[in-house]
Amino acid sequence: MVEKLSKLNFNKLVEGYKDDFKMYQVLDEKGKVVDDKTMKEFTDEELVDLMEDIVWGRALDERTIILNRQGALANYATAGGQEASQFGTLKGLEKGDFLVPGYRDIGVSIKHGLPMEQAFMWYRGHVGGNKYDKDFQMMVPQVVVAGGITHAMGVAFAKKRRNEENVVLAFTGDSATSEGDFYEGINFAGAFGVPLIVVVQNNGYGISVPVHEQTAAETLAQKGVAAGVASIQVDGMDPVATYAATRKAREYALKENKPVLIETMTYRFGPHTMSDDPKKYRTEEELNEWKKKDPIVRLRAYLTEKGLWEESREEEIKKEVTKEAQQAIEKMNQEPDMKIVDLLENMYEVKPQNIQEQIEKYKAKEQK
Amino acid sequence: MANLTFAGAITDGLKNALNKFDDTMIFGQDVGPNGGVFRITDGLQDEFGDKRVFDTPLAESGILGMTLGLGHEGFRALPELQFSAFSTEAISPIMGQISRYRYRYGGTRNLPITIRTPFGGGVGTPELHSDSMEGLFGGIPGLRVVVPTNPYDAKGLLLSAIESNDPVIFLEHLKLYRSVKGEVPEEYYTVPLDKAAVVKEGTDVTIVTSGFMVHESMKAADKLEKEGISAEVIDLRTIAPIDMETIRKSVEKTHRAVVVQESQRVAGVGGNLMSEIGERCFMELDAPVSRVTAPDSVYPFVQIENEWLPGPDAIVEKTKETINF
Repeated sequence: MVEKLSKLNFNKLVEGYKDDFKMYQVLDEKGKVVDDKTMKEFTDEELVDLMEDIVWGRALDERTIILNRQGALANYATAGGQEASQFGTLKGLEKGDFLVPGYRDIGVSIKHGLPMEQAFMWYRGHVGGNKYDKDFQMMVPQVVVAGGITHAMGVAFAKKRRNEENVVLAFTGDSATSEGDFYEGINFAGAFGVPLIVVVQNNGYGISVPVHEQTAAETLAQKGVAAGVASIQVDGMDPVATYAATRKAREYALKENKPVLIETMTYRFGPHTMSDDPKKYRTEEELNEWKKKDPIVRLRAYLTEKGLWEESREEEIKKEVTKEAQQAIEKMNQEPDMKIVDLLENMYEVKPQNIQEQIEKYKAKEQK
Repeated sequence: MANLTFAGAITDGLKNALNKFDDTMIFGQDVGPNGGVFRITDGLQDEFGDKRVFDTPLAESGILGMTLGLGHEGFRALPELQFSAFSTEAISPIMGQISRYRYRYGGTRNLPITIRTPFGGGVGTPELHSDSMEGLFGGIPGLRVVVPTNPYDAKGLLLSAIESNDPVIFLEHLKLYRSVKGEVPEEYYTVPLDKAAVVKEGTDVTIVTSGFMVHESMKAADKLEKEGISAEVIDLRTIAPIDMETIRKSVEKTHRAVVVQESQRVAGVGGNLMSEIGERCFMELDAPVSRVTAPDSVYPFVQIENEWLPGPDAIVEKTKETINF
């Protein structure tokens, strides 16, 4: 039955979805528990693990920036500040779940199983970074930002078809929701009923363009409503909220065979990549306001009060990351340089005439 | 053997593929109960079930993004784009993602998908439905582009495309669907994805062409024969790769070449063919390589499409110019 509207209250229509998309939080900025019921669903061990992950993520981000400045890598899309949205979210997945990352999600991809030297090779522009083990449940980082959502939807379709008890999680960002593929991806996922979780990390900017210039929508979560997709907005600086939301989304996606859209409200503390200056498009005051929301600060406060954390552990993790990164750089440096012949070899499984001709030509050249 | 139309041969090929490969799936707008707007998938959902043959939302980019995801998981996905002229909506997945897939994974993974789509013109479609975009697809490294011209090849090339672990764009000419019939074996067979066919042998000039223009070139060759000119006609069968070896052998014999394409002069693969022939056979040529194409306008409204499309008379005229050079 179609419900009919017999009275046109236009003022009510223009109010939109404001009331339906309040930001979900478990731990506030000071580390105070807002949602006690959810907090109790986590063991101390899970929360300490979560803290270790986000501290590790921050340390890796800082180390990768240094490695770039030293010239060891070719570029880097910084992720500092977004640890709750990335590592907190990933924590909600289970073994065998599939990840479709974007170019800013490399640190979290390492936590998902990508060898660090391969992550570095990708930054350096070496295709060896994308040579994955056959059963590695991850796609290569997506660069055409919303495209990955349509691919993730296809993978989720395949998982469902094979009756696998696993979900697919696609990371994307605020400006990706302006692209047609964002809508096509979530709309197909809803129509087909596939276990896909789309995480829109809303860090406020598409490189330099603020969200309010990307869309008139009050929230990005509400964009899921049009596609009939369960959607939620979460505090993307609260690692417990992102963890909890993803865990619940995963359960729902598998039980109901339906997709979920999660918008995480977050901020990147650093530049978009190593080649831009955020001072040109955002203020120091804004950055400082967001730094007060730092996921590490709030979880540290909570765990320290509970006697579960000491700051010295953070120093240890930083040292471990420095060592891991050093080893990864050494491994990366052992990898032979790319060759045009390899590029041509990799284009097709069965090489056509033109490719064969050109392989011969470059073989002679590159053997010299 | 069965006497099938071009469309019937494709349907037959799809049935063979669905039977042979468990990991095949056909999907797209209207391919389910409706059997596709050209009836290519007619009856397939009834026969193979809605898990193997099913409708999708109408969104070309979504369809091909999904195709990439399914291909990543090892499915031989067989999406249908309702008209290739709508594939402009899907240039991002085709050119940005699918073609680059194997290289981006450093050759560690294949994408065993085949995108089927009708192309060409001459059947009176509404505007924005007809077009020949094979040159655009052929210019994208990483793809194979197949253009069958008769029922036997259509089935054999389709099965090769589906069997192939490389991504293939399979272009079905609108005008061929119901206009040609031929003997097609009922069993599974393949036609190679990299061999052009000499469809008529000749000694004076080589006509290199593809798609519906193969049939128009054959008509032209018959007319030329009556005037004492013996034309050899080569059906490219695949636009990517182009079988230059077959073309070279022919030109070495005839010393003259005319390239015929349905698409505009700036489009298609004609320009590329001419320069390849020029580069590889320069010393063999007795005349410049010439071409017959549509003019450089967009594909026209239906009222004038038959005047716009190249036909046998234009091919005869250009071939005579080449002979009399």
